[in-house]
Amino acid sequence: MNLTLKIWRQKSRKDKGGFVEYKVSEISGHMSFLEMMDVLNEELIAKNEEPVVFDHDCREGICGSCSMFINGEAHGPDRGVTTCQLHMRKFKDGDKITIEPFRAKAFPVIKDLMVDRSSFDRIQQAGGYISVNTSGRPTDANSILIPKEDADLAMDAATCIGCGACVATCKNSSAMLFVGAKVSQYALLPQGKVEEKERVRNMVAQMDLEGFGACTNTGACEVECPKGISLDNIARMNRGFIGSWLLGE
Amino acid sequence: MSVLKSNVPEGPIKDKWTNHKNHIDLVNPANKRNIDIIVVGTGLAGGSAAATLAELGYNVKAFCYQDSPRRAHSIAAQGGINAAKNYQGDGDSVYRLFYDTVKGGDYRSREANVYRLAEVSSNIIDQCVAQGVPFAREYGGVLDNRSFGGVLVSRTFYAKGQTGQQLLLGAYSAMNRQISRGKIKMYNRHEMLDVVKIDGKARGIIARDLTTGKIERHSAHAVVIASGGYGNVYYLSTNAMGSNVTAGWKIHKKGAFFANPCFTQIHPTCIPRSGDYQSKLTLMSESLRNDGRIWVPANLEDAKAIREGKLKPTALTEEQRDYFLERRYPAFGNLVPRDVASRAAKERCDAGYGVNATGEAVYLDFKAAIKRYGTEQALIHGNHNPTDQEMTELGEKVIEEKYGNLFQMYEKIVDENPYKTPMMIYPATHYTMGGVWVDYNLMTTIPGCYCIGEANFSDHGANRLGASALMQGLADGYFVLPYTIGDYLSHDIRTGEIPTDSAEFIEAEKQVREKLEFFVNNEGKHSVDYYHKRLGKIMWDKCGMSRNEKGLKEAIQEIKELRADFWKNVIVPGKVEDMNPELEKAGRVADFLELGELFAKDALERNESCGGHFREESVVMDGEQVGEALRNDKEYAYVSAWEYKGEPSDAVLHKEELEFKDIELKQRSYK
Repeated sequence: MNLTLKIWRQKSRKDKGGFVEYKVSEISGHMSFLEMMDVLNEELIAKNEEPVVFDHDCREGICGSCSMFINGEAHGPDRGVTTCQLHMRKFKDGDKITIEPFRAKAFPVIKDLMVDRSSFDRIQQAGGYISVNTSGRPTDANSILIPKEDADLAMDAATCIGCGACVATCKNSSAMLFVGAKVSQYALLPQGKVEEKERVRNMVAQMDLEGFGACTNTGACEVECPKGISLDNIARMNRGFIGSWLLGE
Repeated sequence: MSVLKSNVPEGPIKDKWTNHKNHIDLVNPANKRNIDIIVVGTGLAGGSAAATLAELGYNVKAFCYQDSPRRAHSIAAQGGINAAKNYQGDGDSVYRLFYDTVKGGDYRSREANVYRLAEVSSNIIDQCVAQGVPFAREYGGVLDNRSFGGVLVSRTFYAKGQTGQQLLLGAYSAMNRQISRGKIKMYNRHEMLDVVKIDGKARGIIARDLTTGKIERHSAHAVVIASGGYGNVYYLSTNAMGSNVTAGWKIHKKGAFFANPCFTQIHPTCIPRSGDYQSKLTLMSESLRNDGRIWVPANLEDAKAIREGKLKPTALTEEQRDYFLERRYPAFGNLVPRDVASRAAKERCDAGYGVNATGEAVYLDFKAAIKRYGTEQALIHGNHNPTDQEMTELGEKVIEEKYGNLFQMYEKIVDENPYKTPMMIYPATHYTMGGVWVDYNLMTTIPGCYCIGEANFSDHGANRLGASALMQGLADGYFVLPYTIGDYLSHDIRTGEIPTDSAEFIEAEKQVREKLEFFVNNEGKHSVDYYHKRLGKIMWDKCGMSRNEKGLKEAIQEIKELRADFWKNVIVPGKVEDMNPELEKAGRVADFLELGELFAKDALERNESCGGHFREESVVMDGEQVGEALRNDKEYAYVSAWEYKGEPSDAVLHKEELEFKDIELKQRSYK
């Protein structure tokens, strides 16, 4: 198929940026979206022009690097996949595809479609861990019994790949789904109970500091999340957060 | 004369590690504050090492090329992690895990290292559970296990099909705790481009900030390389796009020996290539072979008709199918080890029986399993006379519960429903057992430079068993390196901070800068990928699943020529001092073009078949095993450690003879 690509090009964080149109031809439906981008970039390099910069690494939907906003949707029109797993058979000959970076105040553009998501790292550094030394000698793993349902729920929350699609999708650029998932994973496990209050307060405080917006329960994040992270995690975080103040120390 | 000292402690194998820990020098807590350690790579090995070293009190500087340490490629590991817990009471033990790993590696690993790995394996699970890793559990609340990779016990711990992700997030959380305390200084989007040696010791690195393009000097008292494997030398592999050999290759060029580069694992169950635009290959968990039957058409005409889209696989009768693994290996059938399954699939495709448009695919069929489970489920539900449709529906439900996410992934990529038509699979490069040579302390032949995880060579011999990569990465990082590095650093407590304005740093930076400037100024005509794809094709055709003298000699020559052409005609747009992904790729491919040649040279030198390395000249000539791989313990029971001498072809071989005192050497048989 032959396609027209309308791609956001921006030289640096300070540059204003704008859309540039490109044409690609003979695109196979079996190609992944990023392989289609490779075709475009090879053509640009052959002309000694700078290729379009975008984040990508594992290309199997697990590292969370890729982050394109395609035709107005994070990771494009397919459901339950990241951009690298999106295939060109979802498009048809003659389509015009608009490709933008994930946009949010807390995700400044580095170059073209690549954004800086280090705010997610800083939220995790604020409390997204259990304070246990790796070099110590913890007790036998099976001395902590965890009901299967709790372990499964914790695992569902822990599946988050930290791509930021939730933030890019949200009209408020809220990171509540991401933070809710991390808070939930630990809140659901006995190992995480000890530091529960402190953790949720610190992570929420850092989230606000980074400039993410508030949650107004539109639920768009859940729809666009490539890993199907549930809104329940936001509710669980909110309960924990309010509880941490109501119940005191 | 060998210059290699493995430094394996004396004494019985089961006491070596404990005795060693009791006798090595330690650094007192106050002095640790004065010592800096650089860790390159933040996957399971690097991430766990950085966190543990910081907890011990050292100042850690950690580097990763990704935008966050959480994205290192350990994250893509699916199946699980082995540990000799014997929770299932099925007779597992440290010795059995040790034995399985040495045997699975086809007797080309160092016994003492493998024993230590098995010994600390159990501690890893304790540690990860304490960190909040959500492993799968049984209804009683205890941890669940599954069996993996054809061993006889259930010792694999798992978190759905995302075990690597969960373990990495565990290590990442431990790192975050230390980052927030200032004990780890994290350098995201940074790539190490050289090691700096002062008075023969590793004292720092030259790194490039990938966001700004600035070249930086970083000093430390020791440097730890944890940069993963070099599978991308094949261009197409299950590795991430950015996975590279650069850190390992740079230290090799500065004096670290590179061991067994030809030991590469080709994994049998990957989604086949669909065209020339393909950028990477996706693994489907090995667990699928528990229920899937592998076959190709028995007649060449049928295979041709299928390739041309004129015939559907489901139209073929049982007689028209060749279940080649079951035919060749009746005892193990579809569950033979990875290397054996891969070679058998290649043999059929080379003979013209391959099935998708490229001719490089075989079927993995779940029809029999669906029927078997369907019948069983019908009985459980009290239906003694189910229709075909009822049976299929019930059976598909069981398959969905077991492999639902994999089937869904397959359908997204291939656009075919694997419940209704057989899956297509083909082998792909997955893991590299070879790597930087290290001694028992995980130190390379450069004093103060360590290498851990997939980047080193030590534990898997010529073939790695399933669910053992995660185990080794975390064992090295959490439990081995943090002890052994203290022995070396105890001599550095009075050294003080290493200045970065010395002649050695200036010279190293200058050389890095010159190379980068060369790339962006070269008026070439071909992109970096053009060269990478060509290299990949040479490697796959001549240093892939099956190797021979003629092909390897051709490969050496062809890689040499390709490398010369690369340095003449490569084109890299953009600037050095800017975000420039093409420039990053150029440096990595330049290193692959050197490693590839050493790889072929190593494969040529090792005229035996062992593990993932199959030499056509070394096969069983008669009897039941005719045509199968033949190991040669008399002549090749050693580690090949290569010393850099300029060109890859000038590399000098040093042999570390392998001793097997606790295990008897046997030829593998899966008939």
